[in-house]
Amino acid sequence: MNFNLSEEQNMLKDSVARFVQDEYDFESRRSNAANALGFNPKNWQTFAELGWLSIPFEEAYGGFGGGATDVMAVMEEMGKGLVVEPFIATVLMFGGLLSKSDNAALKDAYIEKIIDGSLQGAFAYVERQSRFELADVKTQAKRDGDDFVLNGEKTVVFNGAAANKVIVSARTSGEQCDEAGITLFLIDADASGVERTSYRLMDGQLVANIKLTDVRVAASQVVGAVDEGYKLIDAVVSDVTIALCAEAMGIMQKLNTTTIEYTKTRQQFGVAISSFQALQHRMVDMFMAGEQAKSILYRAVCAAESGADDLAKNIAALKVMIGRNGKLIGDEAIQLHGGMGLTDELDVGHYVKRLMIINTTFGDADYQQQKFNRLAYSD
Amino acid sequence: MDITFSAEELAFRDQVRTFLSENWTQDLATRIRGEDQEFKAAQIEWQNKLNDKGWLAPGWPVEHGGVNWSVTENFIFETERSLAGAPDVVPFGLKMVAPVIYGFGSEEQKKRFLPRILKSEDWWCQGYSEPGAGSDLAALKTKAELDGDDYIVNGAKVWTTYAQYADWIFCLVRTDSSGKRQDGISFLLIDMKSPGITVNKISSIDDHHSLNEVVFDNVRVPVANRIGEQDKGWTYAKALLAHERTSIAAVADSKRRLRDLRKLLSEEISGGRPLIEDTQFQNRLSNTEIELMALEYTELRVLASTADGKGPGVESSLLKVKGTEIQQAIQQMYMDLAGYYSGIIHGEETAESIGHAFGHDARKAYMYGRAATIYGGSNEVQKNITAKYVLGL
Repeated sequence: MNFNLSEEQNMLKDSVARFVQDEYDFESRRSNAANALGFNPKNWQTFAELGWLSIPFEEAYGGFGGGATDVMAVMEEMGKGLVVEPFIATVLMFGGLLSKSDNAALKDAYIEKIIDGSLQGAFAYVERQSRFELADVKTQAKRDGDDFVLNGEKTVVFNGAAANKVIVSARTSGEQCDEAGITLFLIDADASGVERTSYRLMDGQLVANIKLTDVRVAASQVVGAVDEGYKLIDAVVSDVTIALCAEAMGIMQKLNTTTIEYTKTRQQFGVAISSFQALQHRMVDMFMAGEQAKSILYRAVCAAESGADDLAKNIAALKVMIGRNGKLIGDEAIQLHGGMGLTDELDVGHYVKRLMIINTTFGDADYQQQKFNRLAYSD
Repeated sequence: MDITFSAEELAFRDQVRTFLSENWTQDLATRIRGEDQEFKAAQIEWQNKLNDKGWLAPGWPVEHGGVNWSVTENFIFETERSLAGAPDVVPFGLKMVAPVIYGFGSEEQKKRFLPRILKSEDWWCQGYSEPGAGSDLAALKTKAELDGDDYIVNGAKVWTTYAQYADWIFCLVRTDSSGKRQDGISFLLIDMKSPGITVNKISSIDDHHSLNEVVFDNVRVPVANRIGEQDKGWTYAKALLAHERTSIAAVADSKRRLRDLRKLLSEEISGGRPLIEDTQFQNRLSNTEIELMALEYTELRVLASTADGKGPGVESSLLKVKGTEIQQAIQQMYMDLAGYYSGIIHGEETAESIGHAFGHDARKAYMYGRAATIYGGSNEVQKNITAKYVLGL
């Protein structure tokens, strides 16, 4: 039993930490996010050169063959820097769906391009009505000879503005909320009939709505099998949830450290406010919330690495705790920074907003708790 | 990052399970829940079974009877023991005074006391808290004055668990009041049969006699019963506190309690439906279960860092605070599950005879459970410790 990173994993973690330290101060982060693509393409090339874009892919496709622990090591450091480059959308979501599919032609065509940094991808799974239900899919795909014709609309597509290729979930059979009957299609983001409207979320990232009007897709562009896309979605969402929670872990650590430092320097009533017991206990609560979150993250990572039977329950528990503890830490960080905590100039509020988006992604704490309850308490 | 058990560890787990199924019997489980002498005799019987197997004091140095288990083996044993419903050993001798004796005591003290602790021949209790010294332990005033080869001890200790059964008490006493408060404290082993000791029962809200006041009136204690040097007792006692906080977390016991609660909630019917279907109850269960799933890994992290030679350090405060909050949340759910039957005092009818046997235990656990956030250094004091030593505030 050990919770140590391997030497290789430590090097990876250090290299991301060094990048954040050297290239990603808060002002750089601001200008990276303000780029028309939603991130800085120069950084993306750096990621490719440092090998980070290859981490989760099989060695046969030129990847590093990394697992949940490797991804955690990277994401935690990216969280500390509030990195906006779309590692999650392109590598873990788009790349993850390709990786887990058995479609060798698509893998051959695209994984290499993800790794060398020349391809941006996205996964379009949210619809106006769907909230957090991954199986609530109204977008229709109708077979027409060797093609499928797609009609519908996807919303809040992460990296949707910059993506060259998008994997879209669409219904090929079944009712609106059935898990069966969902198929994944890889489409060209500029294909005829695709209309993208981009906008920003509060964490600074650029997302898009994607409207599909009679978009023709060849059957060869189906990721996985027809009608069986849900399994793939579920598996990738599991992996990405762990990655998002690792990012949140990095953010929580950063907020805790920043808050402690601030209270040590901020003077009121002639003393540092860190000397007040009422504030000390609040910071201890933040610390304990962070440590508990770290423990459950390790638990989920171990479950993923060993393919445990109760992985889904562990991931739901993880998402609940990251959501709740992240909210506690975020709210307290602002409170303890006083009026400064409300300013846009200070980085604290920006970390908090990213935590809020992570809480929402794939279902907030309440939603995940209901999922946990179903897994744990229905006979 | 690796949490899977090796083949050897799985074999060890089977060995523990076999031992428990053969030795932790229903009869013993019933008697150990009894009162007074029945409880004491059953507890000693259980400890003797563990000792016969060589598993009573796994953490002791091997030359004194320990087993040299790895952190993982220790974790496996504790988990299996708890899941089987078997109680922990009474900690005062085995887990609290023994490490002080083998860590800081003389050869003679080791020879005299350790074998008797292993055989449960001496029942120990802990003399730390005083009426004026609770979480602020260094404020203690019980005085020991040298008189020839003896100390003369005067004062009072309070909240002394199971002093009514004890043959010996280990005490922190004041031998010097001139300097820093922590510097004038000595660690004494005192025979409870010494003239001048009075044990006064403290009735507690759980209707179970565990707490006492122990009064010392000119009690003579041989200097030979002092651990280490005079005035250095605080150092010896402090080494123990981190361990105490870690074991108070009782993660594995909470796992068992939650598992049993889950079962009872499926059996209890409310409005024609099993109570487990109540969404409010489900949310309370999962709030606690998720926190416990995390704490289990917090404990493993602390254990793993102990194995690396680093702890248990100040993180043990986190275990204590979260562990006891979880215990109390579980106790509250048992009370709410038991409903009316949580309130029944044994008379012509009992909670058992009405068919809700868990009602009685629920109240006892809930009422005594209030102590968990107080003893071992109250949770608020743990937060002070964490603020100072972990966060550097």
